[in-house]
Amino acid sequence: MKYIKFILLGIFFGIVGTKSEFVSWFRIHEMFRFESFHMFGIIGSAVILGAILILIIKKGSIKGLDGEQISFKNKDKSFTRYFAGGTIFGLGWALTGACPGPIYILIGNGYIVFILVWLSALLGTFVYGLLREKLPH
Amino acid sequence: MNVIEFLSQPWPWYVGGPLIAVVMFSLLYFGTEFGVSDTLRNICSALGAGKYSSFFQFDWKTGGWNLMFVLGGLIGGYIASTWLSNPDPVALNPATITRLENWGIEPTIGIAPESIFSISGLLTLKGFLMIIGGGFLVGFGTRYAGGCTSGHAISGLSNLQLPSLIAVVGFFVGGLFMTFFILPSILSL
Repeated sequence: MKYIKFILLGIFFGIVGTKSEFVSWFRIHEMFRFESFHMFGIIGSAVILGAILILIIKKGSIKGLDGEQISFKNKDKSFTRYFAGGTIFGLGWALTGACPGPIYILIGNGYIVFILVWLSALLGTFVYGLLREKLPH
Repeated sequence: MNVIEFLSQPWPWYVGGPLIAVVMFSLLYFGTEFGVSDTLRNICSALGAGKYSSFFQFDWKTGGWNLMFVLGGLIGGYIASTWLSNPDPVALNPATITRLENWGIEPTIGIAPESIFSISGLLTLKGFLMIIGGGFLVGFGTRYAGGCTSGHAISGLSNLQLPSLIAVVGFFVGGLFMTFFILPSILSL
């Protein structure tokens, strides 16, 4: 039962993603060509409202569902892994038009070939795990 | 106009963006964190990848909530496309439409180019590169960077994390390079 709220929130995310079209290959392509404000508006407004909400959480005004203070982990300090990994992801994002969240949402939309995008992404994650010790981070 | 008709219109960016922030906030409220690419590592671990790399040796069930979240995402995509669908094409910039048509892509049907992202598209070289090659780069790159659009661009930037800003700059370096210099050649195949 503890999982129900996550399924419901995921359903909401899937509907938002489809209706606001951030799962659309066309929208991602248009973003990378700077031919529309749509995707920049989505990401920008999400980050601005998100930053305000996190600021309110950090001031201690909002506690978590379990009654505890919500805690944040700072990301490890580095440059190489974020820039190199980010660039490799960006190359793939512009090809598939989908980051990991939209892959699931697109399968639900009936684009069943995205099951293969997903399987290939699993393989990519697996290969990263094999090569991790050899890669600069 | 009834509620279903109202919701079936395309949602503008100033609705979609804030609702993503609501999703991120809800996951924090539930004691977790918005980051979808973790599900890929979880599934690798569940499938036994720990035998080959210590990177996958952890209790994948701790990410069960995230697997439920993406299962919900899949269901939500089904619901939106089945009961909230809108017959009009995505309202793209006319310049984008003209260029895509010159590449033989029909931008007036669906939310992804169906000539590429379909089983028949998979059997073409460009379809194979975009589906299988693209998927591999997404999976490899997100794990190398330690997160994807949800973990870095939304969660990380909202929390003013410098590493996430570096990752997002990388997303655009890779995405712009692909879009301007490689994708035109792939689409001409």
